[in-house]
Amino acid sequence: MSGDHGHEHVHEHVHEHEHRPEPLAPIEARVAAIEAVLIEKGLFDSAVLDAIVDNFEHNLGPLNGARVVARAWVDPAYRERLLTDGTAAIAELGFGGPEGDHMVVVENAPEVHNLVVCTLCSCYPWPTLGLPPAWYKAPAYRSRAVREPRALLAEMGTVVPDDIAIRVWDSSAEVRYLVLPERPAGTEGMSEEELASVVTRDSMIGVERL
Amino acid sequence: MDGMHDLGGVQGFGPVEREAAEPVFHADWERRAFRVNLAVLIALNPGGGGFRHSIERMDPAHYLTSTYYEHWLTGVTTLAVEAGVVTQQELEQRAGGGFPLSRPDRGTAPPSAPPKTEPRFAVGDRVRVREWHPLGHTRAPRYVQGRRGVVDRFDGAYNLPDAEAHGGTKVTDPTYSVRFAAHELWGDGAAPGETVNVDLWERYLEEDR
Repeated sequence: MSGDHGHEHVHEHVHEHEHRPEPLAPIEARVAAIEAVLIEKGLFDSAVLDAIVDNFEHNLGPLNGARVVARAWVDPAYRERLLTDGTAAIAELGFGGPEGDHMVVVENAPEVHNLVVCTLCSCYPWPTLGLPPAWYKAPAYRSRAVREPRALLAEMGTVVPDDIAIRVWDSSAEVRYLVLPERPAGTEGMSEEELASVVTRDSMIGVERL
Repeated sequence: MDGMHDLGGVQGFGPVEREAAEPVFHADWERRAFRVNLAVLIALNPGGGGFRHSIERMDPAHYLTSTYYEHWLTGVTTLAVEAGVVTQQELEQRAGGGFPLSRPDRGTAPPSAPPKTEPRFAVGDRVRVREWHPLGHTRAPRYVQGRRGVVDRFDGAYNLPDAEAHGGTKVTDPTYSVRFAAHELWGDGAAPGETVNVDLWERYLEEDR
């Protein structure tokens, strides 16, 4: 690259950047602007897109993950399969697809607690937990979960005693994680369906202990 | 790149604020932004690395002061402008104000290498993450570059996003989950009894002799 060209390029960019119209358009107007362009260009198939969004709003969510956990609690053979090949075991219950193609299930035990984070982005197991909550994608959780997990959990109301190891899982590649919480005391007589109702989203991320 | 998105271990952020009964979308614009995001990804198929890097290139101040749906909107709109679908000026006229986009892509694909599926490392091997801090997309977070850990799991081979994000050929490379002791990452400030597993491509790793 010649020096002149590089200079011009940088200059153009800076120039463009310094003359951004003020004020900033509201986010609603920005969404509407790019949406209108995509519609006019024939790049926006509302029916297809609405079907995908509808699936997120109505079919995908932590109730799916809760069914997986409850099954693992009542069926030792299923638990084994889930810990050995999470993707296949979760598919047995009918859950799979984007952001759930390579599942690893990590099991809590009396001496170990697991916590899932995506420090670089917002990776999250969509088929079993749905779209992530806002806090999971926000800087406070992503920065602190790997650096001071025990302190962060305590702040969030989950005290993990010092003699329990904390394993943090930063989902930075293709695997998505689901925490298998310990079955709480006092649930011995519950049916699988009742057990599913005690499993929370946060316990499957690892920020809560049941 | 060592961008604002690479948040692992950054200090200074406050409490995690959870909402009770959080809805899937907080406002109609979030749902619409999600549809726009899908539409652009379907139309342009930038690959996972290209999409993520469009967000990583956001101005750091904008990144920290906007929510995730705004990140997605900014990233995919940047991709649409870069693909020639529309200009930033037209978008700003339509929106009636500024429409900030991400900064230009400064990354380049790493040197090409043959596709690989067989793992070089075994579970239990000691490895060190290379330290190279690229200008472009990588999944080796800054907080583990140069750090030593132990291979905990082999997860199969997948396309290297560092190449895919910058126009390189799709090339598979083995991936592992590598376990790091907190002390290795945070030194004397680390709390005991904590480990962090990070999922890494083989190309990021070297043998720890």
